[in-house]
Order: sequence, then C-alpha cells, then structure tokens
Amino acid sequence: MKAIKFTEKKEAEGLPLLTRTSRRMDARTDRRSENPGARWGRSIIPVIRDWQLYLMLILPLAYFVVFKYIPMFGVVVAFKDYNIFKGIWASEWIGFAAFREVFQMDMFWNALRNTFVLNILDLIIGFPIPIILALLLNELRVRWFKRTAQTVLYLPHFISWIIIGSIAIQLLATNSGSVNIFLGKLGLDPIPFLGDPLLWIFTYVGTGIWRDAGWGTILYLAALTSINKELYEAADVDGATRLRKMWHISLPGIRPTIVILLIISVGHMASIGFDRPFTLGNPMVSDVSEVISTYVYTVGIQSARYTIATAIGLFQAVVGLIFLLGADYTSRRVNGHGIF
Amino acid sequence: MSNASKLNRLRPVDYVIMIFIGIASLFCLLPMVHILALSFSSNGAIMAGKVTLWPVGFNLDAYKAVFQHAAMVRSLGFTVVLVVLFTAIAMFMTVIAAYPLTKHKLRGRNFFLLMIVFTMFFSGGIIPDYLLMRGLKLLDTMWVLILPGAISAFYLIILKTFFSSIPVELEESARMDGASHFRILWNVYLPLSLPALATLSLFYAVGRWNGFQDALIYISSSHLYPIQLKLYELVISGQVSDMAIMEAQNRGAPVPESLKAASIMFGTVPILLVYPWLQRYFISGVMLGAVKG
Repeated sequence: MKAIKFTEKKEAEGLPLLTRTSRRMDARTDRRSENPGARWGRSIIPVIRDWQLYLMLILPLAYFVVFKYIPMFGVVVAFKDYNIFKGIWASEWIGFAAFREVFQMDMFWNALRNTFVLNILDLIIGFPIPIILALLLNELRVRWFKRTAQTVLYLPHFISWIIIGSIAIQLLATNSGSVNIFLGKLGLDPIPFLGDPLLWIFTYVGTGIWRDAGWGTILYLAALTSINKELYEAADVDGATRLRKMWHISLPGIRPTIVILLIISVGHMASIGFDRPFTLGNPMVSDVSEVISTYVYTVGIQSARYTIATAIGLFQAVVGLIFLLGADYTSRRVNGHGIF
Repeated sequence: MSNASKLNRLRPVDYVIMIFIGIASLFCLLPMVHILALSFSSNGAIMAGKVTLWPVGFNLDAYKAVFQHAAMVRSLGFTVVLVVLFTAIAMFMTVIAAYPLTKHKLRGRNFFLLMIVFTMFFSGGIIPDYLLMRGLKLLDTMWVLILPGAISAFYLIILKTFFSSIPVELEESARMDGASHFRILWNVYLPLSLPALATLSLFYAVGRWNGFQDALIYISSSHLYPIQLKLYELVISGQVSDMAIMEAQNRGAPVPESLKAASIMFGTVPILLVYPWLQRYFISGVMLGAVKG
C-alpha cells in the first residue's frame, strides 16, 4: 500500500512513472528516471550502472561455463559411439546402447554394491562416534586439556589420503607392517589387514574414523555451546548426575544438528570419493574395494573406453542427484528447511 | 579463572572422561609419531621390529637419501610453486566472484547464484572433464592442475556470506565519495575480511597440496608430478624403479621402509606447519559454511 501511495505522489508531481519495485528499492534509479527515455531504460540502466560488477563477474562466470557446464553437456558422449578422431559431434548416436551394456557388466554391479556397502558401514559405524566425542569433549572442565585434545583430534582431517594410505601400508602390511612385526614378536600370526577382503573393509572404515571423527565434532560442539546454561543449573538443583544431564539436556539439545547431518550423509550415499578406496585398495581385495569412482577411472582412463565410462559416471551422477533431492525433501518435511 | 579452584572440583567422572578423550587423541597422534620414529631409525632396528615411538639407531640417512633423490626434490619444489600459484589465482577468482554476488540489486544475481550452486550437486564426471582438458590442450601441463579447480563453489558461497555481513553503510558512504566498486572491494571489503581470506587461502592451499586424482588422470610427465603423486608412486604402487633407491639399497644404507617413512614426512610437514594458522580460523570458516548463503 505504502509503495503505491508513494508512486501516486510522484506522478502527481509530473515525474515519469517507473516500476514500483525499483522506486522502493533504489533512490538512485529514481533520480536517473527523471531523464527522458527512462521508460525504455528501466531494464538497461541497472545493467549500465553496475557495469563494474558485471566486469568482475566475467572471469568467474566464464570459469563455470567452461569447466563445469561444458563437461555437463559432454555427457552426450554416453549416448554416442565416441571416436577419438571424429570428436564428440561427428561421432554417431547410439542411444542407450552404452547403458544396456553397462547394466550387463558384472563388474559394474559389483562396484555399485561396494559403493553402497562401504558408505553404509561408514554411516553406521562412523556417524555416532563424533556425537559421543563431542558430548565428552563438552564435559571436559580443564580448559587446556580440552583445547589440546581438539587440536589433536582435528589434525588428521588435513592429511591427504595418499599419506594415510602410505601410513596404513607401513603400519598394517602383512609382512613388513609395524603392527604385524609386533604381533610376530609376541608369537602371534600376522593379520592381513589389507589383504583379506573382510578385514580390508574394517581397515577402510577405521581409517575414515581416524581421519574424520574428530573433525565431525565441530558442528556438534557449536550446537552444544548454544544450549541454555540455565537448563544445566536447574538440573543441578534437582540433583541430576552428569550422565543424566548428558542424556536429558545435551543430547536433545543437539538433536536438530544430528538429524540434519544424518540426512545429509544419507543424501551422499550414492557418491564416493576416489582417493580413499584407490589408495587403500589393492589387487587382492579388488572384489570389495572397487567402487564406482575407481571403476570409472579403470574403464575410462586406463582402458580408454570413454563411452562406457561416461555412461557409468552419468548413472552415478543422476542417482547421486536423486539421493540429494530426496534428502532435501526429507529435510523440508522434518526440519522445515532444505539442506541446500 | 583460576585453574586451582577448577581442579578442586574435579570428580572421578572427570578423570574417566579425560582418560577416554586422551586415548582418542593418542589414537590420532601415534601413527604419525611412529612414522616419524621410523624415518630416523636404522635399517636393522626396523627389520627387527624394535622401533615403536622413538627412533632406534638414530640417523639421518633416509632424509639424506630423499634430498639426493632428484625426482623427489623436484617434485617438492614444483608442488610449492603450484600451491602458491594456485592459491593466488583461486583467491583472486573467488573474491571477484563473491563481491558482485552480494549486491542484491544486481540484475541476474539469482540466476548466477543458481548456476553456481547447481555445480555443487551435479557434474559431468571425469571422462567429460578429461575430454575437455584434452580439447583445450591442457593435458600434461601445469595449468591443468590450476585452472579446473580455480573456484570452489562452496568456498565462494562462504566468502559471499562473509561479505554480506559487512555493514552496507560502509559501502554507501564510499559510493557517496565517488569510489568505484574496485576501490570499495580493495579498500573496504578486503581489509575487513582478512580472517575469512586467510581461512579460504589455507583451505585452497591445503586442498592443492593434498590433491591427487587430477594429477593421476591428467599428468604423464614425471617432471610435473606433484608430491602426492610422487608419494603414491614411491610408497603405494610399489613400482620402485628409481636409481637413487636401488643405489641406497646396494650401499646397505636406509631400507626403503625408512626412506618411505621420510618421504611420508616430507608430504606431511608442510601441513603441520600451516596447521596452527589453519586451526585458528577454520572453525569460523566451517560455521560460515553451515549458515546458508
């Protein structure tokens, strides 16, 4: 209502009419609108006025178009019999033939299964640990101890998977690994942490916990600090124990954070990083360690079967997007806001 | 706050919690300490399994071997240059992208944001990327390790959120004085955003230092191997065909185990050096990321 009145008043003064919104938003545009020809200029003037901003955006937008959107359209390779010499456009269309071939490959289903198995184990075993760690860190009363512990617990997150894979080999290799040498000195048989498929899965999950469990506490700790202190004081008056306070105040206090992080984790269920399975995996355990990301690399880069590899990659990207949108939908239903 | 009065109130349950957290922290630290000990230890002691958390038969042979290993030194030097160049370019690009996107009056702003955010959720995959790099003649050049990652959409959103928290009055008064957007960005926004800029620079630098997959796919000449690829070749893939190491073995000096350990330390130490700075800022960075842009 206000805006309309404002416009009417200006009209009465004999000024050319401009859109109501721009009047409300920007006094400077108003001043310009006093010039003749402003009606035509209502769409072009803001663009000219902000030319410096557009100039800044040119390089970044060009970056996104070239390095993100061109590859997105590059997925047409999955529908073409890609020939290196003909290039993408001249290669022949083959429709969904590549997908039919992919769906008949045992190795593909194997990689898909492994992707889900490893992600689900990561979730089941890895998800609760940061919550427990955060609850305990929150209980620490000695300041320096808490700060030192946090520093140490966050550190592994910044170490690359190549380094972690190298350390894992140095520690866990069946013959030369330090752990097995130590076991040998105790007269025990070596444990093939990296060579036995089942044990390898545990090594995989364990290294993930080693790297990211501490890092995962950050958001929970932030949520814990925002819990009203009076709740704890009231509980103290009622004579509640530490454990009861953790259970009845701290845990419910971070429940929204737990729910949203859980939803986000499930949303990423279909996608898996490349470095971790690639550096930890080896030929002895490829039955369980070959996942979609490493399989695309094997098929596409090592064997140069571009069409098949692009089809697998596209399949994963679409399934991944469906999971994320599903997670977003769930989040909207549960929390009232999306995850994006 | 006096520590003494705090300590007085500690109960047994406090000690139980401290012990638990202490064990978890040691669990994070010990593998690194062990590798460090290996790198300083003698051949015989490692083979006999005597080395745990302290060097046995202390020597620097493994580090000398790494320094004599021309390919390793070159790889380290190349990676340092790469990280510096990459971080500078990435920060430049991220800043000039974030600033205009904070201006609500900018025509097309929502479209640009949508276009950027969408890339976080869908990508063409590694083969279209690879074909693009080949088409652009970037394969096996230094630029293929710099340009494709020059803007992280996620860090861009973080910086945009940070810029949005700067009072708009500052910008308006600068506009009154006739300052251009370039001046406002340089003289108002950047000086006020130093913590955020430091965080993101460190994240970009660490990401490039730790980056591996792109080098594995795009780089074939060994003189362009970044450190992670070099380490992968040396420690993981086991294709040790290098003269320096074979010579070292013939001399009976460091066994590959201590050499590997020393190489791992070379790959990690730079991270440990920047970690104190990283830690100072990353929590605010992560929290910014958690706030929707």
